[in-house]
Amino acid sequence: MLSLRGVDKVFASGAQALGGLDLDVREGEFLSLLGPSGCGKSTALRMIAGLSQPTRGAIEWRAGQPEIGFVFQDAVLMPWASVFDNVWLPLRLTGASRAQSSAKIEAALELVGLQGFAKAYPRELSGGMKMRVSIARALVLRPALLLMDEPFAALDEITRLKLNNDLLRLKQELGATVIFVTHSVFESVYLSSRVAVFSARPGRVAAEIEVAAPLPRDDEFRLSRLYAQACKQASDALHAAMGEA
Amino acid sequence: MRRSDLADYALPLAVFLAMLGLWEALVRINDIPPYVLPAPSLIGATLVKDWDTLSGSLLVTLRITFEALIAATIGGVALAILFARSRWIERSFFPFAVVLQVTPIVAIAPLLLVYLDANTAVLVCAFLVAFFPILSNMALGLASADHNLIDLFELYKASRWKQLILLRLPAALPYFLGGLRIAGGLALIGAIVAEIAAGSAGQGAGLAFRIVEAGFRLNIPRMFAALALISASGILIYLIFTLLSFLLLSRWHDSARERGL
Ligand SMILES: Nc1ncnc2c1ncn2[C@@H]1O[C@H](COP(=O)(O)OP(=O)(O)O)[C@@H](O)[C@H]1O
Ligand SMILES: [Mg+2]
Repeated sequence: MLSLRGVDKVFASGAQALGGLDLDVREGEFLSLLGPSGCGKSTALRMIAGLSQPTRGAIEWRAGQPEIGFVFQDAVLMPWASVFDNVWLPLRLTGASRAQSSAKIEAALELVGLQGFAKAYPRELSGGMKMRVSIARALVLRPALLLMDEPFAALDEITRLKLNNDLLRLKQELGATVIFVTHSVFESVYLSSRVAVFSARPGRVAAEIEVAAPLPRDDEFRLSRLYAQACKQASDALHAAMGEA
Repeated sequence: MRRSDLADYALPLAVFLAMLGLWEALVRINDIPPYVLPAPSLIGATLVKDWDTLSGSLLVTLRITFEALIAATIGGVALAILFARSRWIERSFFPFAVVLQVTPIVAIAPLLLVYLDANTAVLVCAFLVAFFPILSNMALGLASADHNLIDLFELYKASRWKQLILLRLPAALPYFLGGLRIAGGLALIGAIVAEIAAGSAGQGAGLAFRIVEAGFRLNIPRMFAALALISASGILIYLIFTLLSFLLLSRWHDSARERGL
């Protein structure tokens, strides 16, 4: 779908976040970017979204830049707007009216299991529900590429496991390509078809690990040999990457 | 009634009434003459007796206060939006706003009276003091929109206009309302100070002029009556904007969150 070729990012402050980053993203895969914090994962993701430009190198899109959905670490909802209006935002910015958008918004809310919450305000929701709204907002335009920047890092373990499963179900239903940033080895292996392990200063891909198990995956998968092996591989690669730095 | 309501309303009211009672008692027991210190009951009676004159002046003062406030709101919000658009405009003009803010209005009023007629000068004074809190709060509010949301708007290629309407203005609303509450009180003070400096008489006279005039005539009860009306106006303005904040923010902003739920 896209390739990052020799991408460097040097901020105005002089800090180099990425150095010689090479990464291919395949159509339809679930790719995790795994690495310690500060290694440039967010920077890479923002660059793919077009929110930041490479200092050197290039991002090449195989068939042009598709519709992109973005989910941040915090739910990043507009607190003054209802759940409905928050999910409406991407449609509204393309010029669609409330009435025109209504069916799509309801469908997106149903995808994330929030039917019946359209009128609620973000303040009235739990952290997990806010994150669901955020995901519904990212999905409402049916993006071909979904970018997620540590979306579940601030949630409790139980909510996080639940959302992991829901995310896999959504991925299967919608068939979108997902790039998922995390610093959790277990989360990356559970979710992904491929894990790219980042090393820091400057950030680049140190290792890539394929996780061959097909979807759907469930708690059974967490107990499988394949899962354990992939976790060990990813963990070793992570330690190696951190040792180098 | 909840306990906190009782504490919020009943206690200050009880203290206020007790003070009035004490005042009344002191005046009566010591037989203090009204031209030294009038009793609350006499002030009340004066308020009723002179209502025709005083209410006219009250309206004048209130009108100037609100006209100044409306002008300051329009001007302050517009300038803040302009500042948010361009750093250069902000850098060029913000210092002047600060200069106006730090120069005491009492010192500016006589100068304005040289160039403007009394009513306009009073209005301009009230405007000048109300303008700055709205400008600075609004500018802060516009700049305080969540940067992740700004990224999101950029991702969806929103125009700057849409970003302003859908993101920056709503994000600035709590700050703006805070500024408005301060500006409301200041506009009244500005109007009063300028009126005293102007000393304008006749039908266009506001409450401040009534105080000065009553002072010349040693009509102390009327001075107090006019003062009471000014205080009441200030309280009313504060309550109006507090209520407005609550109505606009209670659904979503923590500042208007009901306690103890
Ligand atoms: N806007 C910025 N300006 C300057 N330095 C930045 C900026 N954004 C990120 N950085 C730096 O770049 C490095 C990588 O940041 P980031 O991509 O957020 O890492 P990660 O998401 O992996 O935790 C960090 O050292 C961070 O301090
Ligand atoms: Mg990050």
